[in-house]
Amino acid sequence: MENHRPPIVEIRNLSKSYRRGSQVVPVLEDISFDIREGEFLALMGPSGSGKSTLLNLIAGIDQADSGSIKVGGIEITTLSETELAHWRAFNIGFIFQFYNLIPVLTAVENVELPLLLTSLSKRERREHVEVALRVVGLADRMDYYPGQLSGGQQQRVAIARAVVTDPTLLVADEPTGDLDRVSAKEILDLMGRLNNESGKTIIMVTHDPRAAERAHLIKHLDKGVLNVSDPAPH
Amino acid sequence: MFLIRLLIKNAFRHKLRTALTVLGMTIAILAFGLLRTVISAWYAGVEASSANRLITRNAVSLVFFLPISYKDKIRQVEGVEGVSAANWFGGIYIEEKNFFANFAVEPQSYLDLVPEFVLPPDQKEAFLRDRKGAVAGRKLAEKYGWKISDPITLKGTIFPGNWDFTLQGIYTGRDKTVDESQFIFHWDYLNETVKKVLPRRADQAGFFIVGLKNPHLAAEVSTAIDAQFKNSLAETLTETEKAFQLSFISMTEAIVIVIRLVSFIIIVIIMAVVANTMAMTARERIGEYAILKALGFGAPYLAVLIFGESLFITSLGAALGIAATFPAARAFGNALGQFFPVFNVAPGTVYLDIAASLVVGTVAAVVPTVRAVRIRIADGLRRIG
Ligand SMILES: Nc1ncnc2c1ncn2[C@@H]1O[C@H](COP(=O)(O)OP(=O)(O)O)[C@@H](O)[C@H]1O
Ligand SMILES: [Mg+2]
Repeated sequence: MENHRPPIVEIRNLSKSYRRGSQVVPVLEDISFDIREGEFLALMGPSGSGKSTLLNLIAGIDQADSGSIKVGGIEITTLSETELAHWRAFNIGFIFQFYNLIPVLTAVENVELPLLLTSLSKRERREHVEVALRVVGLADRMDYYPGQLSGGQQQRVAIARAVVTDPTLLVADEPTGDLDRVSAKEILDLMGRLNNESGKTIIMVTHDPRAAERAHLIKHLDKGVLNVSDPAPH
Repeated sequence: MFLIRLLIKNAFRHKLRTALTVLGMTIAILAFGLLRTVISAWYAGVEASSANRLITRNAVSLVFFLPISYKDKIRQVEGVEGVSAANWFGGIYIEEKNFFANFAVEPQSYLDLVPEFVLPPDQKEAFLRDRKGAVAGRKLAEKYGWKISDPITLKGTIFPGNWDFTLQGIYTGRDKTVDESQFIFHWDYLNETVKKVLPRRADQAGFFIVGLKNPHLAAEVSTAIDAQFKNSLAETLTETEKAFQLSFISMTEAIVIVIRLVSFIIIVIIMAVVANTMAMTARERIGEYAILKALGFGAPYLAVLIFGESLFITSLGAALGIAATFPAARAFGNALGQFFPVFNVAPGTVYLDIAASLVVGTVAAVVPTVRAVRIRIADGLRRIG
């Protein structure tokens, strides 16, 4: 049934290598696949297999050597740095392993940050921020600084920051990698709800099988090559 | 607004480091301001000198005198408005450390030629009438607690003996650049006494103050005066008051150059200190800059954050430094009043302070900004993860 929905991400013949001194180390080799709208995709694979690199390329924060990435019909590999920055602001929501909140800003201010690049008024921004923080269950922690929140709570602020602009894609790089089991479950529940109830397309890098279970589809990266495994049972 | 709040919050993240940097900036601006003020105090006499006046002195050296009879000849030179004879007296008040400028002058013509010394009419009258009368500047009178009609005795160095005067007037400066610590008395009183004890040195003036009808003709009038006395026993050298004052300073010019150099070195040092602070700061926040970039904030936003923080720190330091300069200069001026009769913080010094703080703040932010803008987002994020 998912196969009838149009692809929101189309990746064709994508390759990327790093230069280490005189040595060229290939990380991704000729990768092609689609991600459909509303998909919840888990990228798995051993450490160093190129998961983060692939995610960064899709999110437009790294440059491929060759190949094509289309997101929502837009070829992003040919955009200039400025165009790409603008594109990210409206199309990508980031969730990182270490939350990466700005420590001197409160929860509200951290979530408001990406909205500063929109044309919303201060009052509209405030409304969006409050909705986002309510969705992640932190309505009562709005004016807390990251240092005053637990890891799980910080990650929820980060998720609110990722969804507040209503982006095309949510990209998450090991979102539960730094959390205890209970907090990890809460974060995965939240991401599952964002996918199920709000139809968010999510690409999540993880090496935690429990996390991968939440996804519809698991792809394994190994030595730069992609293998599709069975969809997780639902 | 959001960005400004963020950059100010950023500035106070490392409170101790920021406090030390601000303190360094404060001290640097204070030192810079005081040194600049010393330089302007050095040139105060030049600044205050009138373009309307020439000084005629012995061509050989200031220590040789000129016959008083030159006065009438100078007066007849085309373009001369008035002439007044004067002698540097070099008297000491009680002790040698009580040094101040004191001159024997021809009262009426001197006060006419030096309108920047403002004297109440009744005091002027009393001064003109009293052969032993003297006039002191306001600062000088305050320093020694002199009041009108107080007796004052100076010990002569060039003209030996104890010289008794009665203070008949206290002048104030027409503006802030006027030296209010001079002491003047009747040339006649000096000359009559000299006539009795040192007849050889009588009827001589140390220099003549020459008033010009037209300041643009200073060069022509100077040449004409000196031509009058060409090939006489005492040839003259006439120059503008400014040039005359500058000739004193040129002897000490090397010191002024050193002071000026040191004042700029201080700015360069604080620039290195602030640049170091900003580099440390930016290195620690490279991951945050990567996040901001990932969220779509471009180079201009990062530049606002980093330049803003740097300028905030330097401006804060400069504001404190400028505020401290005024009381410090007052204390300095009081302590060194005898060397620097005019010791005011000039507006130009404050502008230089502000310019220096802007330059320091800007320069210190350049490298961190370039680094933050250049860093690849994936690398910047990796530094945290
Ligand atoms: N900036 C870089 N320079 C050189 N090598 C890199 C760089 N970034 C990643 N790599 C290498 O590329 C490979 C894949 O990295 P990454 O995508 O982070 O793997 P994963 O997220 O799957 O653990 C690793 O071998 C890593 O060392
Ligand atoms: Mg990784």
